[in-house]
Amino acid sequence: MIASAFGVLFDGFAYGMLLFILSVGLSVTLGMMNFVNLAHCSFAMLGGFVTVTLTNELGWPFLASLPFAFLSAALVSVAFERVLYRRLYRASDLDQCLLTIGIVFVSVAVAAYIYGTIQQPLNLPPYLRGTVSILGQSFGVYRLFLIGISIVITVALIAALEYTRFGAQVRAAVDNQRMARGLGIDVDRVFAVTFALGSGLAGLGGALAIEIVGLDHAFAFTYLIYVLIVVAVGGLGSIAGSFVAASVLGISDMAGKYYFPELGAFLIYFVMVALLMWRPVGLFGRR
Amino acid sequence: MTLSTEPQRYLAAQIRWQPVEIAFWLATLLPFVLTPNYLVLASQIAITALFALSLDLILGYAGIVSLGHAAYFGFGSYTAGLIAKWGWGEPLTGLVLAAAAAGVLGYVTSFIIARFRHLALIMITLGLGLLLAEAANSASWLTGGADGLQGVRMWKLFGVFPFDLYGTAAYSYSLVVLFLAFLVARRLINSPFGLALRGIRENAIRMPAIGAPSPAHIRKVYTIAAVMAGIAGALLAQTTETVSLETLSFARSADVLVILILGGAGRLYGGIVGAIIYMVARDQFSGLNPQYWYFWIGTLLIAVVIFLPNGILGGMARLLRSERSRA
Repeated sequence: MIASAFGVLFDGFAYGMLLFILSVGLSVTLGMMNFVNLAHCSFAMLGGFVTVTLTNELGWPFLASLPFAFLSAALVSVAFERVLYRRLYRASDLDQCLLTIGIVFVSVAVAAYIYGTIQQPLNLPPYLRGTVSILGQSFGVYRLFLIGISIVITVALIAALEYTRFGAQVRAAVDNQRMARGLGIDVDRVFAVTFALGSGLAGLGGALAIEIVGLDHAFAFTYLIYVLIVVAVGGLGSIAGSFVAASVLGISDMAGKYYFPELGAFLIYFVMVALLMWRPVGLFGRR
Repeated sequence: MTLSTEPQRYLAAQIRWQPVEIAFWLATLLPFVLTPNYLVLASQIAITALFALSLDLILGYAGIVSLGHAAYFGFGSYTAGLIAKWGWGEPLTGLVLAAAAAGVLGYVTSFIIARFRHLALIMITLGLGLLLAEAANSASWLTGGADGLQGVRMWKLFGVFPFDLYGTAAYSYSLVVLFLAFLVARRLINSPFGLALRGIRENAIRMPAIGAPSPAHIRKVYTIAAVMAGIAGALLAQTTETVSLETLSFARSADVLVILILGGAGRLYGGIVGAIIYMVARDQFSGLNPQYWYFWIGTLLIAVVIFLPNGILGGMARLLRSERSRA
């Protein structure tokens, strides 16, 4: 069946919103501390597995498990930040890469040990399944739900960043960390909270991703590349940039899969390399 | 590192062969006598060591972090494999052609590499590596796609020594090539050019200010590293008579990075020592599920970054220094 252009656009946008939730935390923390956290998707995977365990083993409703996916990823990430990451803020890119790749390796192995190497099943509640038709077009209910959640998150994030005291501190730290310290902002504390929030969002994204892209032990690796593309293309520390980059990536990936399946992911990587060569700091990056 | 005041004297001191180095290279002959059943593994180690050495040139010395170095390894591998498949199975000329092909690819991409630093550089190397892997996957008419390149038939080395299951020819061949490449790398590192590379690693902005053109140096060393990686890939294709997509994969780029870091980046023997430890350990634990292998590799990486920032060789050097200062 030839998918309608509108359908591809809709599915691609929903997929892009998923990538946005997964990557926005990394974008902000990278912009603030310049810490290359390749283990971001391990926290996302953790959120996914928490949801799977809560709904399948303990019979919780899907929606009730989502806050716990957020909380568990946030708490675990803070523990990692305190114990490991903190030592390497002034280290080279390479050391940061290596430490976090090490964490990815361990998390993938642990996930395989506990859950095996199969795709995890997820039972969605009936009201999130199926499609509704609006103006003659049919929409997947879950995808509408996903887009709704992402828009709420985006608005909340932007509002928090623009209109709260904490948001102002975050912006100051992203713009100029040393100056922010000089003004008496406790950048380490601001960073720890932002890091927890970002990882928590990744955990939520991991839980929401199960229905769209599936969840297995290799999730931390597979989606790492997509998340990095969103962050690098969107520009560090930019929520709007991440939003645009994630939408473009989601739509072009979906369109590529529908219209040029023989090219595989070639198109995505090509677009990323070309964009980075044109603008090394990303579309919305300032540095 | 204690730098003598005069660069010439420092370089001259570095270039002298230490007894431990000579002993090391003599020890590489031991597998022929002690473990003749493991010569295939030994040749794999030599190939991996060569690949790690090529990464060391750009990462350890020039400070270019690459997450896509397998691109050149795989490109050399496929070039050598295709030449043999198309009817020219002579190993040495195949090796030279594969090295040249990887060098051309390295030279072309080096213009991109030299323009970027930090996260953009990591992402660009990662992207280029993935791009090439996807291209090879899509062009299955040429590369065999996921099934790998079939029908590679090598002629006998010098027309005399066949590449057989025992690996005698494979190990001798890989070891000699590794040694020659090592000599080149050693000469290169202990030259003014090598010093300039270390300068770029320490401060890329300052080097042009003191009259050393960083981008030109980066292009040069990147091309040389690509040639070496291509040779390593070609050796793998020729000694195993098969090429798979795995030679281009991100996993191979990550593995070689781990090997180099484990051994000690920025040290000539770092990649070689790392390759020996990594490959022997993986061979010994191959009965285990590969998942658990990665658990230990990950733990090791975390431990190395936190406790041994300069790898095993760096840790040993520090131990030796503290022993000496105590005596």
